[in-house]
Amino acid sequence: MDKSQYKDVYVFAEQRDGAIQSVAYELVSKARVLADTLGEKVVAILAGSGIKKDAKSLIAYGADTVLAIDDANLKEYVTEQYTQAVYSVITKFNPSIVLFGATTIGRDLAPRLAARLGTGLTADCTKLEISEDTKELQMTRPAFGGNLMATIMCPNHRPQMSTVRPGVMPKADPDANRKGEVVDFKVDFDEAKFAVKLVKTVKEKKNTVDIASAKILVSGGRGVGCKEGFEKLQALATVIGGEVSSSRAMVDAGIMPHDRQVGQTGKTVRPAVYFALGISGAIQHLAGMEESETIIAVNKDKFAPIFSVADLGIVCDLNKVVPLLTERLKKEIK
Amino acid sequence: MKILVCIKQVPDTTEIKIDPVTKTLVRDGVPAIMNPDDKGGLEFALQLKDKFGAEVTVITMGLPQADLILREAFAMGADKAILLTDRKLGGADTLATSKALACAAKQLEWDLIIAGRQAIDGDTAQVGPEMAEHLGIPQISYVAGLEYDGKKKFTVKKENEDGYQILEFEGKALLTCLASAVKPRYMSVSGIVDAYDKEVEIWGADKLQVEDTQLGLKGSPTKVVKSFTKELKQPGEIHEVDAEEAVELIVAKLKEKHII
Ligand SMILES: Cc1cc2nc3c(=O)[nH]c(=O)nc-3n(C[C@H](O)[C@H](O)[C@H](O)COP(=O)(O)OP(=O)(O)OC[C@H]3O[C@@H](n4cnc5c(N)ncnc54)[C@H](O)[C@@H]3O)c2cc1C
Repeated sequence: MDKSQYKDVYVFAEQRDGAIQSVAYELVSKARVLADTLGEKVVAILAGSGIKKDAKSLIAYGADTVLAIDDANLKEYVTEQYTQAVYSVITKFNPSIVLFGATTIGRDLAPRLAARLGTGLTADCTKLEISEDTKELQMTRPAFGGNLMATIMCPNHRPQMSTVRPGVMPKADPDANRKGEVVDFKVDFDEAKFAVKLVKTVKEKKNTVDIASAKILVSGGRGVGCKEGFEKLQALATVIGGEVSSSRAMVDAGIMPHDRQVGQTGKTVRPAVYFALGISGAIQHLAGMEESETIIAVNKDKFAPIFSVADLGIVCDLNKVVPLLTERLKKEIK
Repeated sequence: MKILVCIKQVPDTTEIKIDPVTKTLVRDGVPAIMNPDDKGGLEFALQLKDKFGAEVTVITMGLPQADLILREAFAMGADKAILLTDRKLGGADTLATSKALACAAKQLEWDLIIAGRQAIDGDTAQVGPEMAEHLGIPQISYVAGLEYDGKKKFTVKKENEDGYQILEFEGKALLTCLASAVKPRYMSVSGIVDAYDKEVEIWGADKLQVEDTQLGLKGSPTKVVKSFTKELKQPGEIHEVDAEEAVELIVAKLKEKHII
């Protein structure tokens, strides 16, 4: 394989119902850094139906080109349709790197494409870097339930592909004046291969919050214990303008919904302030929150591992601290 | 109907610990289990068998001791079991693993392939979709529900972040299932007794009719270049205080960070 034939960093810019997903901006921001290191371009693939209105926003975050594939076949995500669309982009332009969000869409599409292209794919990366000497992509991901990190490369195949979890890569500050172009891309679909029929799409989770986008998270674990305990956390969150999140222990106990779970099997968050209240700090929990700007932990066990990542650790009973703090903040913030 | 179910033996990652001194994984004494999503997939297959009569074959690629999960599958109700084991398959990444499994599937007769969404030791969710592509059949991942009309049509519930999709297909396909969607049955007592009388077929790489360069380490585009335990960031201050002082400290920190 002649690797010099492959260049530029491509991002599959995921959209749902026409709304470009946050992870697409995160990946474009990261792709910009990688491409600048390589002296290459960033290209965003925006596939869907009637999706062009926001295409320019991808340029603001760092794309040089947005390839818009606007086709009725792509109205909703179905594996084969999207695989054909992205496959035709990749085989036409030969990118050296292609990034996907590690969502239910990205994790369905990327492996299908990797097998069609006969290349490697690294799942759920938390870190992407270009190696100084060989200019290869170094992809780092958790392994063994988060107990270990592994750095993976794809030295003899192109493109180098990876999925990245939402919330992991910081978004760049958008620049509305950045120059770039939106280009239409047409795909010749082989409709005979569309063997799976979409009957309907059901949206269930209305009124859910996205804890990944909250500036302040008041997060509770088994130490909070019960629904009433979480109501007190909610009162604190309301005063300080934050959202309530949780460890898996409280999700497994049925006290908190899964979409508020932080951690390796929940969401990755990086708020300005993360309150860890009655959370021991298991490695799978830390994996989802240790990049938070400021971590304030309250735990009655001074040996709790959460203190190893906390900027401010308080060894105390949270049941006493939370109500007092809520009252105090009511006075501070008026 | 013939169903092929792909299962994997994995270390129970909930039991894995890091040695605080050497910073390496402590694997000794960690139990090996049937991967939970795969067990969910096997349950889906067995439910089809209960309702419509199906022949369920389980296949695993792994070390000889993976025999154990095949016996477990027998005891749950599987009819046939294949253990794909060979040095040549060692060190396989997801592409090489999916290649080997797809080549094995090509030697068998089946109408449907079921796998787990992902394995808890790797969490990649890649082997199923890659295998489907090698076989040229459609895939549906994140399967939370499966119905069959008894003739030819399957209806599948596929979960996603916002809800779910209902999808239909006729003909062959590969499904990857969620453990959370079903409660796998227990091994039956008679099943356990019979499990050790049944024969597990042992297949080597020669059975796959594919060049060795596509298998194992040689057939793996991705290479692990290093692995390490995570370095935690420098811990900050820790105070053992009463609640009043705690509030003072927290308020001071929030002010320092310009939150309030
Ligand atoms: C494959 C895998 C994936 C996982 N994914 C996740 C994940 O995504 N997210 C996640 O969170 N976990 C995850 N876990 C589970 C994780 O290992 C822990 O079991 C879980 O995080 C523990 O939750 P906890 O800290 O709330 O509970 P515990 O570990 O029980 O800790 C409770 C803490 O509360 C403190 N406490 C009790 N009472 C009080 C009080 N009155 N005041 C102050 N402190 C008090 C205790 O000292 C203790 O430290 C995963 C595990 C596995 C194996």
